[in-house]
Amino acid sequence: MPRPEVQAPPEIFYNETEARKYTTSSRIIEIQAKISERALELLALPNDGVPRLLLDIGCGSGLSGETLSENGHHWIGYDISESMLNVALEREAEGDLLLADMGQGLGLRPGVVDGAISISAVQWLCYADKSSHEPRMRLKAFFGSLYRCLARGARAVLQLYAENMDQSEMIMMYAMRAGFAGGIVVDWPHSSKARKAYLVLTCGPPSVQSYLPKGKGEDGAMCSEDEESDDDGNQTVGIYDRTRPRKKAKINKNGKGKEWVFKKKEQMRKKGYSVPPDTKYTARKRKAHF
Amino acid sequence: MRLLTHNMLSCNIKGVANGFPLRLEAEKWVEKEVELNADFLRHIFPKIEWKALAGAARAVGYCELPEEADAAMLDSEDFLRRFHHALLEIHVEEGALVCPETGRGFPITKGIPNMLLHEDEV
Ligand SMILES: C[S@@+](CC[C@H](N)C(=O)[O-])C[C@H]1O[C@@H](n2cnc3c(N)ncnc32)[C@H](O)[C@@H]1O
Repeated sequence: MPRPEVQAPPEIFYNETEARKYTTSSRIIEIQAKISERALELLALPNDGVPRLLLDIGCGSGLSGETLSENGHHWIGYDISESMLNVALEREAEGDLLLADMGQGLGLRPGVVDGAISISAVQWLCYADKSSHEPRMRLKAFFGSLYRCLARGARAVLQLYAENMDQSEMIMMYAMRAGFAGGIVVDWPHSSKARKAYLVLTCGPPSVQSYLPKGKGEDGAMCSEDEESDDDGNQTVGIYDRTRPRKKAKINKNGKGKEWVFKKKEQMRKKGYSVPPDTKYTARKRKAHF
Repeated sequence: MRLLTHNMLSCNIKGVANGFPLRLEAEKWVEKEVELNADFLRHIFPKIEWKALAGAARAVGYCELPEEADAAMLDSEDFLRRFHHALLEIHVEEGALVCPETGRGFPITKGIPNMLLHEDEV
């Protein structure tokens, strides 16, 4: 099954059927709760018992927000899918919900928020779902507005499923450009199923607070059986078997050109593949043979 | 949507210089009692735009907030109770938020403001 992100835009993919799983599948529920707890832990809020004002970006059915509520915090949830938000209403989510597109910016006053979490949502920004969508502009709008609304020293913890290295680098780059310090914490890096990547971002200049905690299982420790489970809401099977056509790369009449080939070869090398060296024959035009 | 959230939201339309506060047009609201937490109220107070809160509270028929407030008032039980009620116990269910600069309305249905922008507003 292809990734949900290439099947349909989020407001279509997360339809009633998909949203329903967030109340019926105990595995989705458990995994969402686990990731949310970990995200909250990585937020490293002061341990003083004072409730904070937090954001849940891509709050969906309100499962992740429930973790925030259980810990006494107030939250504002953003989601682009009405079906998911309807499930959140059914669950009587305690946070305030907004039907909104994070790629358009968060629309909050500066410096008012104490922290933000996001569970399996931000990678959606890397896909152009409308002709007007420019993933880079959307990442810029999102991270810029996130940075502005957070109080100084506050953190954002974004768990995400990037499709590849290029994507996670692009996401990271826009976070850094917005002014964030931080990095990626990977839990269970040695397990293909349980592996979870968290972007841990701190608002403001690097400080004592911006140290990066270690990922779980980084030392080679094994994770428990249930953490290995696969069905975590991102890899659920969508009902759309139509594969959404990707935006076609621009090809001129001379094919993709030398530069493109050099760039691709370099990318593959960076990923550790063995790639033949670049020579004068690379990407050379072939004579037409009949 | 509680008035806490209304107090943080600002209109996001491209080119709008002052999108705060969004005018609250409330048609239906409900009150739900929640436990008062003085620590939270003290923590959030400096971040609240008081005039906007008092205005929004009036829009849902609650007129018990003073026109102005300063941190010294947080010592008063009575003030805390009013602040708490306005901020966290009133939920706007139906209505709209209106951008003060452009007049664009964002409808609130089932308690959820629709903040999605049109393509030409991004
Ligand atoms: C894997 S689900 C997360 C569910 C959520 N944490 C929960 O507890 O139900 C990802 C969510 O991100 C939302 N999403 C995707 N793109 C978005 C966007 N551009 N703006 C806001 N939400 C978005 C989807 O609608 C979906 O509900």
